[in-house]
Amino acid sequence: MSTTEIRSNGTPKVGVYVCHCGINISSKVEISKTVEFAKTLPYVTIVRDYKFMCSDPGQELIQQDIGEGKVNRVVVASCSPLMHEPTFRNVMAKGGENPFFFQMANIREHVSWVTRNKEEGTKKAKSLIAAAVCRVALHQPLERKRVSIHPDVLIVGSGIAGIHAALTLADSGKKVYLVEREPTIGGHMAKFDKTFPTLDCAACILTPKMSAVLAHPNIILWTYSEVIGVDGFVGNFKVKVKRKPRYVNEELCVGCSECIEACVYKKARVEDEFNVGLSKRKPIYIPFPQATPLVAVIDEASCLELKRRKCKKSCVDVCEPNAIDFDQTEEIKEIDVGAIILATGFKTFDARRIFRYGYGKYNNIYTSLEVERMVNAAGPTSGEVILKSGQAPKMVAIIHCVGSRDNNTNRYCSRVCCMYSLKIAHLIKERTGAEIYNFYIDMRTPGKGYEEFYDKLLKEDVHFIRGRVAEITDWAMTPEEEGKLIIRAEDTLVGAVRRIPVDMVVLSVGLEPQADTEEVRRLFNISCSDDGWFLERHPKLAPVSTFTDGVFLAGACQGPKDIPDSVAQAGAAAAEAMALIDRGYVELDPNTAYVQEDFCSGCKTCVNICPFNAISFDGDKNVAVVNGALCKGCGTCVAACPSGSLQQNLFTDEQILNEIKGVVSYV
Amino acid sequence: MSNDEAIKAQFEPKIVAFFCNWCTYTAADLAGTARMVYAPNVRVVRIMCSGRLDPQFVLAALREGADGVLIGGCHPGDCHYQEGNYKALRRFTLLKSLLKSMGIEQERVRLEWIAASEGDKVQRVINEMTETVRQLGPLRLEPTIYNLIEDSLLKIPETATLAKGDEL
Amino acid sequence: MSYLYYPGCSAKSTGKAYEESLLAVFSALQIPTIEIEDWNCCGATAYMSISELKAFALCARNFALAERQSKGTTMIDLIVPCAACYLGLKKALLYLREYPEIRTKVDESLHSAGLKYTGHIRIRHPLDILVNDVGLKKIASLVTHPLDGFRVACYYGCQVIRPYADFDDQHEPSTMDKIVESLGAEVIDWPIKTRCCGGSLTGTVQEYGLRLSYNLLKEAKKRGCNVIATSCSLCQFNLECYQRQMKRRFKDKVNVPVAFFTQLMGMAFGIPSRQLGLHRLLVPLQQPSKTKADVGGHHVYN
Repeated sequence: MSTTEIRSNGTPKVGVYVCHCGINISSKVEISKTVEFAKTLPYVTIVRDYKFMCSDPGQELIQQDIGEGKVNRVVVASCSPLMHEPTFRNVMAKGGENPFFFQMANIREHVSWVTRNKEEGTKKAKSLIAAAVCRVALHQPLERKRVSIHPDVLIVGSGIAGIHAALTLADSGKKVYLVEREPTIGGHMAKFDKTFPTLDCAACILTPKMSAVLAHPNIILWTYSEVIGVDGFVGNFKVKVKRKPRYVNEELCVGCSECIEACVYKKARVEDEFNVGLSKRKPIYIPFPQATPLVAVIDEASCLELKRRKCKKSCVDVCEPNAIDFDQTEEIKEIDVGAIILATGFKTFDARRIFRYGYGKYNNIYTSLEVERMVNAAGPTSGEVILKSGQAPKMVAIIHCVGSRDNNTNRYCSRVCCMYSLKIAHLIKERTGAEIYNFYIDMRTPGKGYEEFYDKLLKEDVHFIRGRVAEITDWAMTPEEEGKLIIRAEDTLVGAVRRIPVDMVVLSVGLEPQADTEEVRRLFNISCSDDGWFLERHPKLAPVSTFTDGVFLAGACQGPKDIPDSVAQAGAAAAEAMALIDRGYVELDPNTAYVQEDFCSGCKTCVNICPFNAISFDGDKNVAVVNGALCKGCGTCVAACPSGSLQQNLFTDEQILNEIKGVVSYV
Repeated sequence: MSNDEAIKAQFEPKIVAFFCNWCTYTAADLAGTARMVYAPNVRVVRIMCSGRLDPQFVLAALREGADGVLIGGCHPGDCHYQEGNYKALRRFTLLKSLLKSMGIEQERVRLEWIAASEGDKVQRVINEMTETVRQLGPLRLEPTIYNLIEDSLLKIPETATLAKGDEL
Repeated sequence: MSYLYYPGCSAKSTGKAYEESLLAVFSALQIPTIEIEDWNCCGATAYMSISELKAFALCARNFALAERQSKGTTMIDLIVPCAACYLGLKKALLYLREYPEIRTKVDESLHSAGLKYTGHIRIRHPLDILVNDVGLKKIASLVTHPLDGFRVACYYGCQVIRPYADFDDQHEPSTMDKIVESLGAEVIDWPIKTRCCGGSLTGTVQEYGLRLSYNLLKEAKKRGCNVIATSCSLCQFNLECYQRQMKRRFKDKVNVPVAFFTQLMGMAFGIPSRQLGLHRLLVPLQQPSKTKADVGGHHVYN
């Protein structure tokens, strides 16, 4: 043990509490042996073991021992500190002791769950307990700094999740910045015709919410904008937002569309993104009739005036409110917020990646999103389901799981495709009376009213073939097959390979993370899981928070899900953000760096090393100074300090060196 | 089997691992949750960032009796604190040449980037490293080198009063 | 690159035209085609179905002979034009690498013949070599008689492409198409270019074999092709030699020339037709007249 004088609460009296965690730990660690061993460690006054240390009686044990003066420092040998460190620190506080006189030994995730036999497990557990005891004896009392929280919230993305979160927060009195990349809010839901299982009209249920967003006094809506920089920490984020120029003044435009009529391009030539490429638009456009805000936008890449400054600008001539402004430039806005909610949604799987389905090669093969636009009365075909030739199809195939549940593309199930495939089957049948074949692997209809929806489809005479489609070609073997698309699939329930000639194919594409997910996650300093979706803090118990305090997730950006789940998550994220803000303060972790001025030589090595600019130099005293509020506690400066005058609270050199000694030399 | 080989076969190496909180420690937890079994020879010391790793910790571990040291950090570009792992890499490179001049085999000290979702990598790296160090045998430091390490360790003066410079 | 040539049995008999044209074309491209001395039959699909282990040994003998013949070189590329040989040899190579139990047994049998295989073999199909080693630019540069008016349906068959092909896509292969295009011909896109021709079925259960081959001919013709290019001697045999039986059975004149893609290459390079084995074709292939065939491809050449 170090001979440095032990400070603060007198001679260390370390209590060691070994948890059985049911049989999770006790099956691979001999508890009695570890207890006996712990008794031999220096400064240890009490050793106890209990079935579940984190339970109330378990916590009581510690509290009582502290209260009776038997221990003033505690080691709990149980699960991972990432699991219960806060729990036990609270127990210390309740018992009347500083919560940082505490250390955990991870003998579950790092020992009992990963070790073959009990002998090896016990030995490893002992070494980790020894390490914790040696370390905790040198702990110092620390105070958590309280920092105030800015009450405003930033929500990135305004599909149904972003919209719902924004309305919830705004209704509670919070000021919300709602930033959306597209010129209108609404996300994917605005493109749908009907939603399952109720067959509610998507626009009818969405547009009231969209109007509410626009009208709400607490929501600042910035469409056609992107977040480009995020600084700060929970409760105190500084965000830079780039507002792209629409070249149309949002305040003045009334959405009359005269400018679009008048545009010098008489024929629309640009691919309409809203209609997923099924129709064309002009360089000046409004994405769809209920776009919010209902303001025109001019596309830089295709507008003649913006590209070459050579247009006669008939749009300007017809604009009564004089809203068109070709001199607009991009604006960078800087805002302060306390919490951020990411609701950036998903993109659909690119069906061209599966060659054998012929998407892009043959006519009349559509993705589900394209069909959504087709059946939409406000869509490119005014709600009619028609082939390229203009006729209605007589036979339609709907193929489930395109891109999902596939080792070659995405392994996961996209969750919504079975339901929307049923919906599309229903809508197409309704409009055209065609024969419909759904090719599926499994029918996944778990939600409320979903299985009943499936029953309904079964009664509507839709054919269901359980088999993954092998290929779609135009190879006709008989005269009846001429001019049709031939589906080849194994009908596994019948036990035969079938050839089914159809007029039209709908590929039910899966959901994927947005293309710029990597950049976005770095911007907000969060992680992604293996399949690319934003990573939640805990898959079961913390699905809307991330490992970065103050940043929350809502909707499909966290994983594929349907509208009810997106709305629920949005509400949850709003509630957690609200809880954070209403508490009024944030307690910063105290593991910040500090300078022992007597030993600082003023070499300034640390000043430039800090990525958060938390270290400055005091020219008068010739020493470095750490700003505890900016310091995030990484310790990089501490390792760099040549004199050792920089130390990190809770991770001093002394403490770590003793931990090392404990972990190696006792067992 | 020769005596030496027999000793090597019986030998259970002691390896100290320094895992950063955000990536590697989380990944090790994940390996635990997924019940991935691996060699029990690695004992983890948790630090917030691989950038905190002072090379003297590695030397102290070896001096105290460890036969190998494993350092785990986030993948380049993914450090929770932006750049700590790059600093760790630089220090590690210098440390390697120091170890070489001390006659300590290079394979005894290893730096790995492990992401929070890579529980399987934790398992693989620990198994690999245990085997490697087992083959190298126990670390035997010459007395002079032992003293060298002792001297190079930072000594904190015993009567230090700690001034905590927290200014808001 | 160190090449050795493994012809396979059919190259010396029914597939003679394949070898003749391949050798002529490779010679023009200056790729050496030295045969492996004393090479033996690979066993093709037949033997592999009877005894895998013995088939592997047969294949490995060829590897060992190749290694012995080119001592001093590191990796040896075997040029294997026949699809069945390609499949069998590649499979043997893979299994010998991945399964030590098989490797030990095969090593033993090689040892008893005084041979040794050390793993320095790669199996390459001419399509692979032409596209990846030679390059389309070089091939195009040697074209003196561009194949104007030729509308070619490239037929790959199954064995070259599945399951071990590493040089082309298994669902939508394009190497042969690219080569034929660089010869100045028009390439027809059709969805069944990797559908089985029936293989040995034309000999065993003829009605099924005929049906499979006929499907291919019919579709290719329907899409307007005036010649089918193949890369396998059995495919060429099945598609070409039974057209009379097909006429009887399916009441369809068919009459589609089926050539080896190497023959087309030779024609484009201006190599005399005798050297390319063009006289061996049952449905003769000639330069089509300058007027393009009408859509539907019912224009037939004789």
